Amino acid sequence: MELLMAVAVGILFTIGIYLILSKSLLRIVLGTSLLTHGVHLLLLTMAGLKKGAAPVLGGTADTYVDPLPQALILTSIVISFGVTAFFFVLAYRSYQTLGTDEIDSIKEEKE
Amino acid sequence: MSNLLVLPVLIPLATAVILIFFKEKIRLQRGISTTSGLLNLFISVFLVQRVHSEGIQTLQMGGWAPPYGIVFVGDMFAVLLVMMASLVSFAILLYSFSSIGAERERFYYYSFFHFLLVGVYGSFLTGDIFNLFVFFEVMLISSYALISLGGTRLQLRETSQYLLINIVSSTLFVAAVAYLYAAVGTLNMAHLSLRIAEAGQNGVLNVIAILFLIVFSLKAGLFLFFWLPGSYSAPPAAVRALFGALLTKVGLYAIIRTFTLLFVNDPGFTGDWIAWMAAATMILGGLGAVAYKDIPRILNYNVIISVGFVAFGLAAGTADSLNGAVFYLLHDMLAKALMFILGGMIITAAGTDRLAGMGGMIRRYPLLGWMFFILALALVGIPPLSGFAGKLLIIRGALDAGMLTLALIGLGSSFLVLYSLIKVFRLAFWGDDPEIVVPKTKRGMKGTSAVAAVLLLLLVILMGLKSEAVYTYVSQAGEVLSTPALYIESVMKE
Repeated sequence: MELLMAVAVGILFTIGIYLILSKSLLRIVLGTSLLTHGVHLLLLTMAGLKKGAAPVLGGTADTYVDPLPQALILTSIVISFGVTAFFFVLAYRSYQTLGTDEIDSIKEEKE
Repeated sequence: MSNLLVLPVLIPLATAVILIFFKEKIRLQRGISTTSGLLNLFISVFLVQRVHSEGIQTLQMGGWAPPYGIVFVGDMFAVLLVMMASLVSFAILLYSFSSIGAERERFYYYSFFHFLLVGVYGSFLTGDIFNLFVFFEVMLISSYALISLGGTRLQLRETSQYLLINIVSSTLFVAAVAYLYAAVGTLNMAHLSLRIAEAGQNGVLNVIAILFLIVFSLKAGLFLFFWLPGSYSAPPAAVRALFGALLTKVGLYAIIRTFTLLFVNDPGFTGDWIAWMAAATMILGGLGAVAYKDIPRILNYNVIISVGFVAFGLAAGTADSLNGAVFYLLHDMLAKALMFILGGMIITAAGTDRLAGMGGMIRRYPLLGWMFFILALALVGIPPLSGFAGKLLIIRGALDAGMLTLALIGLGSSFLVLYSLIKVFRLAFWGDDPEIVVPKTKRGMKGTSAVAAVLLLLLVILMGLKSEAVYTYVSQAGEVLSTPALYIESVMKE
């Protein structure tokens, strides 16, 4: 299972970085989104994939999963949603104002 | 236990939320912001006194004892930075009243300002590495909003770059936290320090240490500063002052905290890396400051030089140089805020940010000119002003540690600072009025912005004259940095 997760993380990182290196701002936003998803899976995997019951008060089971990574990922997902939403709005606004979403032509433009 | 520690985070948070409801009432917004700023200043001064007399204060959220719960830790280093940040942000608030413009004020400028402060104070006070990430993000997302607020072409262009850099570095931050949690199984900083010491900081932990160094260096502009000069040039002067004075300093705080508390067991390895990065930062930043001929870029490269200098104090790692790093960090927050405020005033007065379009301003703005001159001396480190004591301590500590080359680079960077700032002074204030006609305004120094500048300048002078008194507080902060056991003990007790 860990091996599968590691491969999944690797694939997400690869695609994310590939998209970030492209020219269109929209692809870059999607790339950052995939990159953060990859890192969330990494966080889950690094904390150890255990089979066990949910750590709820009053429950009885032999093993419990570690709840901390889930809590961290939840926080991190919320943050990444916020940032991605902001990036999309920014990309849209840049497209409206600058008339293009190609990174190169945004850069070249003089004031 | 001290519930007071949560107030520096809670007050700006509440203020920012309240301000959202008064979108159109600009005077009311200003009033609430000022009150909140003063209140925060008062509380942070009180906290400094409390820590001075009673030692490190901790707050366990919800009563969960560490390492299980989340803690806020107010050691001297953190509360001094909180105090200086609230002082500086108050002055910048005064400056924004007269410079930011009604359009931005109506679009939640003050709300974003206070949200940014939540992130800054929270990063200083938290004792948990994942919470540090969260507060970093609170700070960064407000800074994205502030940098793009106004939506000019330049701003939109630079924001996408700034945003991308920070998303990538935040991703690396989460990855570093994941690896750290896998390696030692805790996230509380005091507990981490214990566990890492037990594990002996072997190969894996050194890799994690370098990963953290890369992440924080990207935020602080230590060596990995390629994004900084462009991004910090885009927003208006008040926002630039806020970024230059606070954002890079939070990154530096994180570097200092991580490498004096967590990864202290292999100083030869990480110390060398930090030393090389500091040297490169000072040299490259100095060259940049000398090379450019527009005020925003010259000032931005000056920010980079001082980041390198503080990191150099950390790399030397002696008690003296750590005290010096704290002292210099405090001085630098004051002086950089003042520098950007004065720079903004010069740009407003001249109607352009190119030095080629300026000249002869000493006749129209004598006070502004002399204030800039005194500030230049303070940044270089001329004795009665605030930059001297920190610089002296860092250099002395570095010489004790046998880092002669770095000390020479540090001193050399001071000359580049002097040259670049005197170039601004000479071209903007001396000589004749420029031949290129630019629209002149008489609004360079009016009302609250002059108050802000004079307040900061007085503090720069006072901090220099009273460096003995400041040193008693600074040495208390440095003591915790050089003896991490003090920090661990006060967090893990009970």
